[in-house]
Amino acid sequence: MLYQLEGSQALARAIALCRPKVVCAYPITPQTHIVEGLGELVHSGQLQDCEYLNVESEMGAISVAIGSQAAGVRSYTATSSQGLLYMMEAVYNASGLELPIVMTLGNRAIGSPINIWNDHADAMSARDAGWLMMFAESNQEAVDLHIQAFKIAETVKCPIMICVDGFILTHAYEQVDIPEQGEVDEFLPEYSPHIFMDPKRPLAIGAMVSPTDFMEVRYLSHLRQKNALKVIDQVSLEFSAKFKRNSGGLIRQYNVENAETVIVAMGSVLGTIKDTVDELNMTKDGQFGVLSIISYRPFPKQEIRDILKGAKRVIVLEKAFALGRGGILAEEVEMALKGENVGVSSVIAGLGGKIITKEMLKECFLNPMENECFLGLNQEVVNREYRPLVNNDVQ
Amino acid sequence: MSSLTMGGRFGKNTTVQSAYDRPNTLTSGHRACQGCGEALAARSAVDAAYRATHGNVAVVNATGCLEVFSCVFPENSWNIPWMHSLFGNAAAVASGVAAAYKVQRRENIRVIAQGGDGGTTDIGMGCLSGMFDRNDDVLYICYDNQAYMNTGVQRSSATPSLARTATTLPDGEYRGNEVHTGKNVPEIAMAHGIPYVATASIGDLHDLETKVAKAINIRGAKYIQIHCPCPLGWGFPTGETIRLAKLAIKSGLYPLFEAEHGELVGSTPIEEKIPVEDYLRVQKRFAHLFGKKANPDAIGVLQNLANKNIKKYRLGGMSDE
Amino acid sequence: MSKPFATVLESGTSLTNKTGSWRTMRPEYTRRLPPCNVTCPAGENIQQWLTLAQEGRFYEAWQEMVKNNPFPATMGRVCYHTCEKTCNRGQLDGSVNINLIERSIGDMAIAKGWSFVPVQKHTGKKVLIIGAGPSGLSAAYFLRQMGHDITIYEDHKLLGGMARYGVPKYRLPRNILDAEIKRILDLGITVETNKKVEVLQNELGKFDAVYLATGACLASKTDVEISAGSNTMDAIDMFRKMEDIPDDCPELGEKVLVYGGGNTAIDAARTALRMGAKNVKIVYRRTFNKMPAHETEIQDALAEGIEVLCLRTIASIDGNKVIVSKMEFDEESNTLSKTGDTEMLIADSVIFAIGQSVEDTVVQGISGIVVSDKGVIDVDSQMMTGAKGVFAGGDVINGKRTVTHAIGYGKKAAKCINAFLFRQTYNCEPKHEVATFKKLNTEYYKNEVREEVSRLGDLSFEEKDVSYGSDKVIFEASRCFSCGNCFHCDNCYSYCPDNAIIKHEDGSLEINYDYCKGCGICATECPCGAIKMVADDK
Repeated sequence: MLYQLEGSQALARAIALCRPKVVCAYPITPQTHIVEGLGELVHSGQLQDCEYLNVESEMGAISVAIGSQAAGVRSYTATSSQGLLYMMEAVYNASGLELPIVMTLGNRAIGSPINIWNDHADAMSARDAGWLMMFAESNQEAVDLHIQAFKIAETVKCPIMICVDGFILTHAYEQVDIPEQGEVDEFLPEYSPHIFMDPKRPLAIGAMVSPTDFMEVRYLSHLRQKNALKVIDQVSLEFSAKFKRNSGGLIRQYNVENAETVIVAMGSVLGTIKDTVDELNMTKDGQFGVLSIISYRPFPKQEIRDILKGAKRVIVLEKAFALGRGGILAEEVEMALKGENVGVSSVIAGLGGKIITKEMLKECFLNPMENECFLGLNQEVVNREYRPLVNNDVQ
Repeated sequence: MSSLTMGGRFGKNTTVQSAYDRPNTLTSGHRACQGCGEALAARSAVDAAYRATHGNVAVVNATGCLEVFSCVFPENSWNIPWMHSLFGNAAAVASGVAAAYKVQRRENIRVIAQGGDGGTTDIGMGCLSGMFDRNDDVLYICYDNQAYMNTGVQRSSATPSLARTATTLPDGEYRGNEVHTGKNVPEIAMAHGIPYVATASIGDLHDLETKVAKAINIRGAKYIQIHCPCPLGWGFPTGETIRLAKLAIKSGLYPLFEAEHGELVGSTPIEEKIPVEDYLRVQKRFAHLFGKKANPDAIGVLQNLANKNIKKYRLGGMSDE
Repeated sequence: MSKPFATVLESGTSLTNKTGSWRTMRPEYTRRLPPCNVTCPAGENIQQWLTLAQEGRFYEAWQEMVKNNPFPATMGRVCYHTCEKTCNRGQLDGSVNINLIERSIGDMAIAKGWSFVPVQKHTGKKVLIIGAGPSGLSAAYFLRQMGHDITIYEDHKLLGGMARYGVPKYRLPRNILDAEIKRILDLGITVETNKKVEVLQNELGKFDAVYLATGACLASKTDVEISAGSNTMDAIDMFRKMEDIPDDCPELGEKVLVYGGGNTAIDAARTALRMGAKNVKIVYRRTFNKMPAHETEIQDALAEGIEVLCLRTIASIDGNKVIVSKMEFDEESNTLSKTGDTEMLIADSVIFAIGQSVEDTVVQGISGIVVSDKGVIDVDSQMMTGAKGVFAGGDVINGKRTVTHAIGYGKKAAKCINAFLFRQTYNCEPKHEVATFKKLNTEYYKNEVREEVSRLGDLSFEEKDVSYGSDKVIFEASRCFSCGNCFHCDNCYSYCPDNAIIKHEDGSLEINYDYCKGCGICATECPCGAIKMVADDK
């Protein structure tokens, strides 16, 4: 049924439809409205058989989720930015323990300087944490990805992070189609854990592993992530069949066939990019295409390669970067294209919520830099504030 | 024969530990050092809980000695559902486990979170306080050996005044761990107003078991801190672990008490009080307080702490009140 | 159920890790000899019968007692209980009242008519025992149980030797002594009383072995000048008359002096009071604390109003005038000398109790038997005299002269004689190390102060009834530390951090060296010192 809703409220309803048994809430902008919404659903009785815990920190939030999931129930939490960093130790831990927790990441910049607006630095900080990570392009996709997320995570036995751009999605009122409970119940079976803390079958979970076997444990996790590619694809197909709507999957292409230049990006910026490309293609004869990466982890390397290898040029636009090196996604795409004669340009955009306009994008797509570009960077400020080291400083 | 022994032929006032069919929730083959007080404390506590719950107990363990020595692939020493997540989050993980059991309507399964003093009073303090604050249905047991033993005996906020650790090495004017530092976590727990707080010691297993058995079936947050002498970290012969624990009790430096909803409700009177010196002298971590360079004030400082405890927790028996 | 590799483990899988390999020292259960047992002249396994008694198993406790001593009720009265002196509990809150427990259980046996298990064995060997005192009867009892035919010759009218003729009946009622002697004789022992053996040689051929237990029944000679008409007597003669011809008791008068400082002197003094004397004084040559009499006996005597005059020797007795020389005693050199001063005491009678000696006429003419300078018969380590097959024990040989020692000699002699009869040598089993107080951890013994029981009654020949009832026996027996021997307190099992002690369903304990890391907690926390740490040579 269609509703005009704030993204967070839509997510709260979608998550409730998945019947989580434990929800952990700790406030951090911009994910707060999601857990607020869930709290209301629990306390009003609309979401039953669910323990809602106000925890003392993000470390507490993810840890409670780890505990409840390990004790055999579907668990959910949400975080953003500093919160993700604060819980990071446990983020790695959850994946190592193979606990299929679902967590929403309301994407936001990481300080200092403190900044509450959107970018993907937080998500990138967790890219090696062993979680499945998917990026929503729209509020509708965010809703749909969460419903798929529980199924994917529980099938793969791996936690999953659904990345939703802070404010741009979380706080935006849009029309979204929220499925009926019955439909979701048919799509998502009750959680049936393969391992949990049970006095009838006592096991130890979380043993120390020595050098002899640690690499094997990690490699098995790697294989599990690779297998997740198939699962994500499959679940997306099932979702389409059930809800008559395409959502999720590994990647999504837009006008890629025949495109000379393909723009690669993740998250809500794809909407602006597609609009820009549409406008450009009206005059430039369809030479621009767009590739959305929905599944960032596992990284669909082969799928990306298969699509991009026909392009002349690839521009990767991303909302995060590795200081001292450059675009993170750009490098991963470049790696996927290794051996192909395709030039990859990197565009870093929207850091800390910096505005991204179609004009800026047009300018950038039409005049790609050789290596990297910081979209909308105020060079005047940089020139004024930059203090190069003088020789004496180096000694 | 007298009832002060752990068991006995006449079956009067015997401990769970003395029962031939005790649960052995922590079994042999673990890698604790010789004479480890924590290994004994953990088996005693979890066994007592196991008995009191008819086997329905699950344990979340913080990182630390206990975790490292009891569960290293492929050897697990536990005979109960057990889980290790991280160093600082055992209380929160246990909250999650308890929440899961509640929502599954399996609250008959009782939840223990456990860790050393570092994992409890330092890095785990936030999650612990949160668990208390929410009054989550968890019994948190802190095995207090008064320093970070697993990493090589560094100071924790449970390290006693003037003790030598690897990070408080006495040198010149510096006499070891600063006086009037550290945290009294049982008191902090009491300040949360949780249903039950107690201190215990492996020097009094009867008392320890009684407290655990009582706590485990109380709904809400519970905290028990157990004094566990560490031969390696404190510097005493491996066979003296229990003796040390008893000396600590008798000196007043480790008061045994119980509190309910923030109020002190009972304490174990010291039957035969000893000067703190008798307890300190036998430990290498206090060796710098004795001998040629000894500073008599130092002993006085610790004696004052003991005297304060005796007064505060009414360890002098009825006559003191 | 498939579970994650390495991070999720099945329960109890660490049992594959045999941590016993870490060990450099190993604990071992050991049996140490409790000091009560070490010092008991009769070698009673006191701890064992206390253990049975604390469980209320009194019959078994009594059976355990009579394994080493056929006279529990007697010993529970007249034994000077060195066991209690060395009892480790004495260093905590008072030794266990072993003697009174023995008496109580001994009395229980008499009251209930418990008897010895009849002898089944029959060796056909014949043993003659001369003297039916504690030593002779003890030897008879043990030898009979070994299946030998026993004949006892006794020159007195009644059996019991010094237990009868040396111990007043207010300390040892005769019905008690009689009952315990009868129980021995009921095993099937031939006794001839009023039979004085004049020529031992004549008897030798009739028996396979002889045990001389003739005691020391002669009063020692004195050099006191005694004028005619003075009322003097030897304690030992007085006691004998009182037993054999009670109607002809000597007249003592109101003021009585007893000369000597031993137990006999005390007994004589206390007997004098009971015979009507109003003023009884003991004259003793050394200092008070040198008195050889048992401390409790002295205390009882003092409590009854007897005075002790120390550092005095009697020089002469003339009628009721007794001249005593004052003495000086040098503690360091342990020498006694006269100061030169004298004083005069008035006494209606003087009883001599300055020691007893052996009558050695019986062995005269037997080749090989040596009577030493001290007037006692020499025996070897097998308690055999120089004459083959002739053994001797009790007061007749060199050693301590108490009823308890006599019983112990009788037991040892029986073992030696038995070995001799089978052409063997008796070898004492090697003794365990002693469980001294240092070996204990008294932390675990609850403070239960010994209840002192005064045996002091009125000034009659009736014994004061102080025996414990069952509850008190159990309580007092439970005060036993069980020094050196496991009493199944389960401390070791409970405290072992490595679960390396196995407790079986029947309560028995076993060390599991597969896992024992050798920390030593079990040994430290063993209350009774029954675990020792030894170097591990694995």
